[in-house]
Amino acid sequence: MNPDLRTQFLGMALANPLVLASGVLGTSASLMERVAREGAGAVTSKSAGPEPRAGHPNPVALAWQGGVLNAIGLTNPGAREEVGVLREAGRRLRAMDVPLFASIFAPRVEDFAETAKTIAEAEPDLIEINISCPNVASEFGTPFSASEESAAEVTRAVRQAVSLPLSVKLAPNVPQIGRIARAVVLEGADAITAINTMPAMLIDAQAGKPVLSNLTGGLSGPALKPIALRCVWEIARSVSVPIIGTGGVSSGEDAAEMLMAGATLVGVGSAVWQHGPAVFGRIATELRDFMAREGYPDLASLLGKAC
Amino acid sequence: MTASGLHTCFKLLEVRVENARTRTLVLDGAQEGTQPGQYLMAWLPGVGEKPFSIAGNHPLALTVADVGPLSHALCSLEPGADVWARGPLGHGFEPLGRRHLLVGGGYGAAPLAFLAGQLLVLGGEVTVCLGARCAAELLLVRSLQAMGCRVWTATEDGSAGRQGLVLEPAREALLEGVDCVYACGPTGMLLAVARAAREAGVPAQLSFEALMRCGVGLCGSCELPEALCAEVGLMPGWLVCHDGPVARLDI
Repeated sequence: MNPDLRTQFLGMALANPLVLASGVLGTSASLMERVAREGAGAVTSKSAGPEPRAGHPNPVALAWQGGVLNAIGLTNPGAREEVGVLREAGRRLRAMDVPLFASIFAPRVEDFAETAKTIAEAEPDLIEINISCPNVASEFGTPFSASEESAAEVTRAVRQAVSLPLSVKLAPNVPQIGRIARAVVLEGADAITAINTMPAMLIDAQAGKPVLSNLTGGLSGPALKPIALRCVWEIARSVSVPIIGTGGVSSGEDAAEMLMAGATLVGVGSAVWQHGPAVFGRIATELRDFMAREGYPDLASLLGKAC
Repeated sequence: MTASGLHTCFKLLEVRVENARTRTLVLDGAQEGTQPGQYLMAWLPGVGEKPFSIAGNHPLALTVADVGPLSHALCSLEPGADVWARGPLGHGFEPLGRRHLLVGGGYGAAPLAFLAGQLLVLGGEVTVCLGARCAAELLLVRSLQAMGCRVWTATEDGSAGRQGLVLEPAREALLEGVDCVYACGPTGMLLAVARAAREAGVPAQLSFEALMRCGVGLCGSCELPEALCAEVGLMPGWLVCHDGPVARLDI
């Protein structure tokens, strides 16, 4: 049996369900092209906001034994400049039939709408609304992902501003993520991306201080997988829109588990740290081997199996 | 030492003065198996974290030029102080052939004594061309000579060696016939060395410098500009921290 990894997502045809997660290597057309060449089914750009941001000073990332802790601080060139990056990335990715998802963030609801309008000029295949970055609370306040009301408000504003497909990226650290998913779907979200990183901290015992310059960061990688699986599973039971399940996937079996939890697509981010961009091709091969071994002919036969 | 990717805390054993603004920090640790050209992210809590090429692995040493707040703080430390580092990170130089040409520009020469030592142990002949703006900014000349390397120098103001760019002595050394060129320094110098090596039909290994943030190939900050990748024949999207810092240009 040669299992079929092709999948449909909001009317787009993808060669496989693996998506480069936002925040990893999505900073330039050349890097997004590299990830697509390595076998990603779709690519998400790094979040762009209304204004350029340098991000936090070093240390900004640490590879910890259970994954990665980072607080890059939403480094980006600003939406206006990002349009050029996305146009060029889109041109190259279209030539490979790889959809481009554009991630946006903003400090205020009205800025989300403006940023989305600007980014829409680049005609990405989808806009991913990042309302859940855990590393800018000292500047932006509580993330919009923290409550149904604020998550819905951002979604409504962006929905009114642009006609492109929208996915809203949710945070894991809420009591009932399914309710937040329902609130944004009611406001017009076409998909849910779950999850963002988990707020966390590492302290160096000799230094007696947190290691990251931002003090706290977002935890990703293997430690996040069980948290992500639970969130995706709960969202799948709460809404009927497709889910981009993201968190700790670094092998074909991890990807299969994410699909079984109810995800249509599978985000891959921190796995690039251990394995380099070639991790996409490896995960796809492992997923196909797993499906062949276990008798799954296509992704539809895996989707939501554990729900 | 830091397989987990976290920082290790070292004690500073000794500070060697290399020139007016460069110090080599000798630490109380060893890193067997480290390649010259690999780097560490050195961290001083509350000050910052930056990449420094490894100047020696037994004991572990970093050569630091005092050019910013963190490097200034590192250069000001006294023996006994704590220095944190994570690594070794990235890909370094790989010995190739027997006749070696090393080219260093300014404080880019930092990893070349470590590299020369390794090449000499393997039985190689090592010629080192070092360039700087002036005599006071040349690095490691005496150390390399004492190790048994042939050392040629060039300074822009003519205060030591011949006047001009390091590329000139490097071209002459290439004409003598070498098996591989290893270069570390400013990007303009690296590109010129790459061109000269290509013309001479000699493989080159270039150590690039870039703004590094995560150090583990995730954040994209250190991507080499696409035009530069095209010029030296690297794939677009080449990451200095992960794919490099040393780029191997085969013939």
